[in-house]
Amino acid sequence: MLLRKVSQSSALCGSILRIPPVLSGGRRHTGAVVAVQNARLYASQAAEAVLEKPAAVGSDTASKVEKKTVAAESKSFAVNIFKGQIATAQVFPYPSALNEEQEQFLRELVGPVGKFFEEVNDPAKNDALEKVEDHTMEGLKEMGAFGLQVPADLGGLGLSNTQYARLVEIVGSHDLGVGITLGAHQSIGFKGILLFGNPAQKEKYLPKLATGEHVAAFCLTEPASGSDAASIKTTAVQSPCGQYFTLNGSKIWISNGGLAEIFTVFAKTPMKDPKTGEMKDKISAFIVERSFGGVSHGPPEKKMGIKASNTAEVYFENVRVPADCLLTEVGGGFKVAMNILNNGRFGMAAALSGTMKGVITKAVDHAANRTQFGNKIHNYGAIQEKIARMTMLQYVTESMAYMISGNMDSGATEFQIEAAISKIYASEAAWTVTDECIQIMGGMGFMKDAGVERVMRDLRIFRIFEGTNDILRLFVALNGFQNAGNQLKSLQKALKNPLGNAGLLAGELTKRAKRKAGLSTGLTLQGTVHPELAQSGELTTKAIEQFGAVIEELLIKHGKKIIDEQFVLKRVADTAIDLYAMVVVLSRASRSLSQGNASAQHEKMLCETWCVEAHDRIMQDIKSLRSSQSRQLFKNLRAISSAVVENGGVVAPHPLGF
Amino acid sequence: MSGRVLVGVKRVIDYAVKIRVKPDNSSVVTDGVKHSMNPFCEIAVEEAVKMKEKKLIKEVVAVSCGPQQAQETIRTALAMGADRGIHVEVTGKDYETLGPLQISKIMAALAKKEEAQLIILGKQAIDDDCNQTGQMTAALLDWPQGTFASEVSLEGDKIKVVREVDGGLETIKINVPAVITADLRLNTPRYATLPNIMKAKKKKIANMKPADLGVDITSRLEVLRVDEPPQRQAGVKEHKHGARNLAEGTL
Repeated sequence: MLLRKVSQSSALCGSILRIPPVLSGGRRHTGAVVAVQNARLYASQAAEAVLEKPAAVGSDTASKVEKKTVAAESKSFAVNIFKGQIATAQVFPYPSALNEEQEQFLRELVGPVGKFFEEVNDPAKNDALEKVEDHTMEGLKEMGAFGLQVPADLGGLGLSNTQYARLVEIVGSHDLGVGITLGAHQSIGFKGILLFGNPAQKEKYLPKLATGEHVAAFCLTEPASGSDAASIKTTAVQSPCGQYFTLNGSKIWISNGGLAEIFTVFAKTPMKDPKTGEMKDKISAFIVERSFGGVSHGPPEKKMGIKASNTAEVYFENVRVPADCLLTEVGGGFKVAMNILNNGRFGMAAALSGTMKGVITKAVDHAANRTQFGNKIHNYGAIQEKIARMTMLQYVTESMAYMISGNMDSGATEFQIEAAISKIYASEAAWTVTDECIQIMGGMGFMKDAGVERVMRDLRIFRIFEGTNDILRLFVALNGFQNAGNQLKSLQKALKNPLGNAGLLAGELTKRAKRKAGLSTGLTLQGTVHPELAQSGELTTKAIEQFGAVIEELLIKHGKKIIDEQFVLKRVADTAIDLYAMVVVLSRASRSLSQGNASAQHEKMLCETWCVEAHDRIMQDIKSLRSSQSRQLFKNLRAISSAVVENGGVVAPHPLGF
Repeated sequence: MSGRVLVGVKRVIDYAVKIRVKPDNSSVVTDGVKHSMNPFCEIAVEEAVKMKEKKLIKEVVAVSCGPQQAQETIRTALAMGADRGIHVEVTGKDYETLGPLQISKIMAALAKKEEAQLIILGKQAIDDDCNQTGQMTAALLDWPQGTFASEVSLEGDKIKVVREVDGGLETIKINVPAVITADLRLNTPRYATLPNIMKAKKKKIANMKPADLGVDITSRLEVLRVDEPPQRQAGVKEHKHGARNLAEGTL
């Protein structure tokens, strides 16, 4: 799982390529050429992605996901905010994706899973041993924890995404090391077989994977290929007879690498370009069994956290992989990797919302019982603000996790931006919450026995793997720009025939004039959010209007070169994240108010507080995106960095002169 | 002996939950509180399932009395290996006053109806700590009883029970049919695994009311008041030389 950091960069170039050339004054390059010219970083992926044709893929999911690249009429909330629009379909009302039977079944599962983690699993011991204790591992297998989403007829529990999220949340609240062992297995290790495998592959592999008899691992990252997934060097060369591929290469930081029997391996395969007839390397995905021979692994890596999970290098030396083990088709590897990651991200948000719940309980327990200066410390404002903020961060994360899992369960195909946002948000929120828990506990929190320092160490990797948060921010922003760009493009077409499109143009002109004047363009969440939350709804719509406007300004200003503006992209992504966070809590608190839940007023307060602060942050970001001062600021940052890099360290001499 | 075992499973507030008394002191707060199977009942189920696995008996029937949610507890027993369940539905006021006498009447009636040869119950429930149901059931049926069992073995048509008594163990041999109540050390109950919970969905739970069994569940008891235990006073650390409260120092 350490390895997953990758393929979003390829996704990223997918989006880069689709930013319509129209925007940069009508020069008609192909996207690939532009990308290669502009961005050394993305060059290789761009080349890859150009070859990436939306050809038929061997699975429903794949073809569904493929469709989402069509920008028209997206149902995704996140896609639409980039156009200054609100699409409520996926966010209101807050999804309740479980039918009665699923809910009943889930209720029965929650107790035993919690009990297992409370009574059998020992996170401190797993951490100290740097492995999951044997009897715990056996227990987890018997428990069925290795096949949560494998269909029941293939030996799994056949859980929906929402059901899976609820159980993973329990794991996350107890032991992230175990969480990674399970996640590397089923969230990425064999997810490719689940999503893209043909019936024969599923029948062959899933039953033993579901029981944990076989453990799976996901092999993408290589020594020289991290975020830049397209640069992998592992090769798979097809035999002249076509019956098998010969796999060579090495993968690093593979979670479960030392335990796995089944590997999902990404490798380059030479194939002929149907147009030019040239031979080019394309990435393909393979199911590789350890028993094929030629598969070996290094010793377990020594890590900062998630020590209980096994991380190792995996080597493939002349491994003969039967052609039957190809996932989808030759050259389909990118799509496979991207979809595996997109489909797994909500699980991380769910797990981490559990982690936060756990540490909040610890913090509150301490705050309620610790006396200093004659009072329990929870009476002091300094502590109260921490607890309140921790609670909001958890509430937002949890709301995102179940919003996305609910969307996925009700058949949504466009959730990639949302999923990426949830991963970024959850990993950063959990870090902050845990850090503050330690702060509240003071010296006691710093001690190993409190059990929080382990959580802190375990959490650190979550901002790095499965796509670093930095790369995912670019992914969020560029995906959004791509869709907004397509809209602008059609507008530009309309401009070529102003008379024929008078109505459309008049509408768009009014919208822009109103935005400029700071008036509402008629965007509203009235009637959608609960009346008691009208004010928060208004803050959200205002922020979306301004966001849509600034996106358009940026597109017109930078055109395709926006992909190089990482200072800008980061701020755009931050704003999109805040906006999505606002809408998920609005939706959840609205539902709670409508249902008259006992906690409704508390949730209303969480929502209102969150929205006020998020709105302020967004306005600040938008202001800085528009201001010329920030251009100077970005230039300064760039210059400072260059100087320090050139100097091999800080430049300023010591204040003492030596 | 070969036949049917009835096991009683009670739904109680989970042992890990901090109990809160209702403001009107009528009872404790149960709404929105995590419930699970009484731990001693789990031990009873485990013992019955083990007997079945050793083919000493044919069928394990889990019985729970209470509202709709009692079925969740029965499902847990089914996931642990019981063959089928009987849910005796008791709700509202009747449920609030449901005590050992009422339950034992139901168990006795069911034992006759199901022609059970053995009833295994937990020695007590962790909510009301009554420790009476097993004894009362045996009395109502006029069956022998082996209470506080820490070891049970079937020997022909007799049962050898090692009982935990004050200061040691007592071994007795009783005839079947009989009532046994499980003590803590009888066994370590297995975990209900997720695949078994899934399989248990197919097992049947019969639903009935006390009246269907001809049982009158009127209670003669009235709860006057429920109070929290008195708050424990904070301890004081005594140091070797009598210096107090160093622990209240500075970290």
